[in-house]
Amino acid sequence: MLESGDVTVSIRNLTKSFGKVQAVNGVDLDIYSGEFLTLLGPSGSGKTTVLRMIAGFEKPDSGSIYLGGEDVSQLPPYERDVNTVFQDYALFPHMDVLSNIEYGLRVQGIEKTERKVRSEKALDQVRLTGYGDRKPAQLSGGQRQRVALARALVNRPSVLLLDEPLGALDLKLREQMQLELKELQREVGITFVFVTHDQEEALTMSDRIAVFDQGRIEQLGTPREIYENPKSAFVSEFVGQTNKITIEGKKINIRPEFVSISSSATLGDKSLEGVLRDAIFVGATTRYLVGLENGEALISIKPTEPLSVGDSVVVSWESKREFLV
Amino acid sequence: MNNSIATWMHKRQKVRLLALLAAPGLWLVVAYLGALGALLVTAFFTIDNFTGDTIPGFNLGNFHDMVSDPAYRNVMFRTLGIALSVTLICSAIAIPMAFFMAKVAKPRNQKFLVALVLTPLWASYLVKIYAWRSMLEPGTGVIDWLLSPLGIHSPGFGGPAIIIGLSYLWLPYMILPIYAGLERLPNSLLDASGDLGARNFYTFRKVVLPLIFPSLVAGSMFTFSLSLGDYITAQIIGGKLQMLGNVVYQNFSINLPFAATIATIPITIMALYLWLVRRTGALASL
Repeated sequence: MLESGDVTVSIRNLTKSFGKVQAVNGVDLDIYSGEFLTLLGPSGSGKTTVLRMIAGFEKPDSGSIYLGGEDVSQLPPYERDVNTVFQDYALFPHMDVLSNIEYGLRVQGIEKTERKVRSEKALDQVRLTGYGDRKPAQLSGGQRQRVALARALVNRPSVLLLDEPLGALDLKLREQMQLELKELQREVGITFVFVTHDQEEALTMSDRIAVFDQGRIEQLGTPREIYENPKSAFVSEFVGQTNKITIEGKKINIRPEFVSISSSATLGDKSLEGVLRDAIFVGATTRYLVGLENGEALISIKPTEPLSVGDSVVVSWESKREFLV
Repeated sequence: MNNSIATWMHKRQKVRLLALLAAPGLWLVVAYLGALGALLVTAFFTIDNFTGDTIPGFNLGNFHDMVSDPAYRNVMFRTLGIALSVTLICSAIAIPMAFFMAKVAKPRNQKFLVALVLTPLWASYLVKIYAWRSMLEPGTGVIDWLLSPLGIHSPGFGGPAIIIGLSYLWLPYMILPIYAGLERLPNSLLDASGDLGARNFYTFRKVVLPLIFPSLVAGSMFTFSLSLGDYITAQIIGGKLQMLGNVVYQNFSINLPFAATIATIPITIMALYLWLVRRTGALASL
């Protein structure tokens, strides 16, 4: 699907600065039709600026954005076939839910009965049937989020842009919405471009992830590629946790969940001895902090073992899990 | 000692509230409502035609005189028309200006622009109106001097001059509430409207205008009521034209009860206006 699909959005050598701050610094990116692509990065990495340039809220300093083959980089937002779900939802507070959803259709001059049918259907799709006559202020955060989604999707854009839409929700609701969003995306088949700083969210939802740092794409790939083969120190640290240790003068990286811990037994072809310094119980697993003989420290995240702080332990892993950056 | 009073007060919420509200309450009841009440009561008094003394009593004669004389009706409608025109002109200028200040100008320039809008308020009312008088002076004023080559002439002293003068005077009172309303309006709403396909004018009509309506009403209460009660501007640049305020002013020394009767007109109009505004629900979101 990914390699063979049509390119919907094509970004070439995009740059943008705000005063002295270089927000986006030479971004190239092809987004395939129907994929769920996440722009992941810390705040200030340029991911949101790229999204806002695709939407047309910001004009690039240089470079181009092609939408379905057409260069749209200088077009105003209202002439682009994309819709946005905003971080603060941006629902019109003086209109009820149905009028909010109908807004785009009304602008296009679509006649009343079709408008009504399509808006009601969009409301069903986001599981808010019967909420049409409420005002946004009467809805919870999660419900507003769904209205914002319906308001964008009802226009059947070729690309849906989502700017950290789950950021304001609490953890439980966020996890639920992640799954729902993914499901909805499969259902409607529209290309989703999703901005987040939450690496777990990115790994859960995306077909591909573009990791941003300092206005550039550091790495582009599937969640597994990004997680298992990070191309740079930045990516390995930003996506997941990484132990950095030195063995025989060689620096290696290993994810904590691949490190086994035991009082004597080894699991895998690499092992080191150390002392258990701390054990933090986090429910399904425990985080073990092990002090190694060379003075370095290593974290292991594994199901709870009968160990106590101060014990001598053996940590071990498969060398194929190591990676260099 | 202080401490024990504080402790004593802490337990008695009503006493605290009373102490807090005593001064503003006194001001509102005695100085403000008291004066207004005295004015309304005086409207029913009569005067002794010979001595000119005010005779207390209840008499609707003043109201009868006011309503039956077409001259006063004309003054009333003229004043109303001027106040409405000033309000419309102020909104038409203030909305784009406030929009520029709140949404287009760079954040560091915004405060500077607010200060600029406020500067005319530092100058005396009289100075500003006399300045307009010299500018509007037919033949020799700046306006004639600048615009007569283009075939445009100063309107001279009269109704249009009053409208120009009052619009100039009250414009800041319209800009500031609209600016505050626009500042509260999240930029994302404007983005969202454009994102959904709306051009700028559509966004203005369907999103901006309904959301700043309460601010517009707040501003109009200033421009409308201040124009309704004005008499100095009319005296200086109004030519022979009179507004309600002038009639009140003229009768003040010769027939105080009748002046009070005339003064009930703007009060009634403002009460009606507030009632209308209340019905639109704009006050609820103010």
